[in-house]
Amino acid sequence: MKMYDKSKVIPGLFIFASIVAFPFLYNQVNPSSEPVLAKAEGKCVQEKDFMKKEHMKILNQWREGVVREGKREDIYINGIRYEKSLQKTCLKCHKRESFCDKCHSYAEVKPYCWNCHSGETK
Amino acid sequence: MNRRDFLKIAGVGMVSTIFEPVLPYEIKPSKKRLALLIDITKPFDIKACLDACNKAHNIPEIEDPKHKIKWIWPERFSDVFSEQIDMPKEITIPVLCNHCENPPCVRVCPTKATFKRKDGIVMMDYHRCIGCRFCMAACPYGARSFNWIDPKPFIKGSNPKFPTRTKGVVEKCNFCAERLDKRESPACVEPSNGSLIFGYLSEMKDLISNRYCLRRKPDLGTSPSVYYLI
Repeated sequence: MKMYDKSKVIPGLFIFASIVAFPFLYNQVNPSSEPVLAKAEGKCVQEKDFMKKEHMKILNQWREGVVREGKREDIYINGIRYEKSLQKTCLKCHKRESFCDKCHSYAEVKPYCWNCHSGETK
Repeated sequence: MNRRDFLKIAGVGMVSTIFEPVLPYEIKPSKKRLALLIDITKPFDIKACLDACNKAHNIPEIEDPKHKIKWIWPERFSDVFSEQIDMPKEITIPVLCNHCENPPCVRVCPTKATFKRKDGIVMMDYHRCIGCRFCMAACPYGARSFNWIDPKPFIKGSNPKFPTRTKGVVEKCNFCAERLDKRESPACVEPSNGSLIFGYLSEMKDLISNRYCLRRKPDLGTSPSVYYLI
């Protein structure tokens, strides 16, 4: 079988393959560092691994309860009282810049919580 | 089914969609209804009441009247009740969301961002608000404001325990739902020196029936929960 324009097609394929593979190879050679989160004082509402995956669901549950169902009463977990609030509970132990933003910017997610719940007014 | 039957059924189906009654959005009556009585015969510091609310809810102070955010604000008595009664002496009264028993804003909200709680509070869920402003068009009292610009730079005395709002949502008085759920009275009631009385309507029946009292635009049938004792 005869291949036409072999001198152009083969280098072209090679260039295409190297462009596609570049990000993967680049990450193999110098992997981007995983986010380092600031250690927090106090006891969290759930274990670390659970919170890693599910914290947004807990926040959504709290939000629905507080805003729509009027269930604002505090919750008790292992004898510790927690107020259902991002601003008043979560941000008491975790600083946004050194904790929340670290992972969010690593994963390129932009939660809109901060539009209103930053605790700042400026 | 043959072709003829199919066409008959399809035809009947299409015609029936025309006559489908448009069901009104169901608004349940409140079980125990909260109400605010404003006694305008007793002099009280209106500004202190408004300031307490503005501070508690992080309400921005925007001078431009087009962008102004209002939860509770002063209005001339004659402007509010001109169609009901003539007042010989001009006075200023506070006006706010009436938390209607039959709220038109709840009826029109396409996302249920505005809804009525069991205790009669007409509440807003800013997370759901898409900024369509149907509620502003529906409210006969002008009690709603839209955030045309980011309100955060205009907030004077901030309350870190209460969230701010963001550009693109409508906002209004929430009858201090966040304070009531913590067994506190509304922010405007505290500095009013007894001129603002807050409680369950059923428990304040005597007060209302013994005094002459007004509600805003009663002929519209919205049944406000804010009463003005005169």
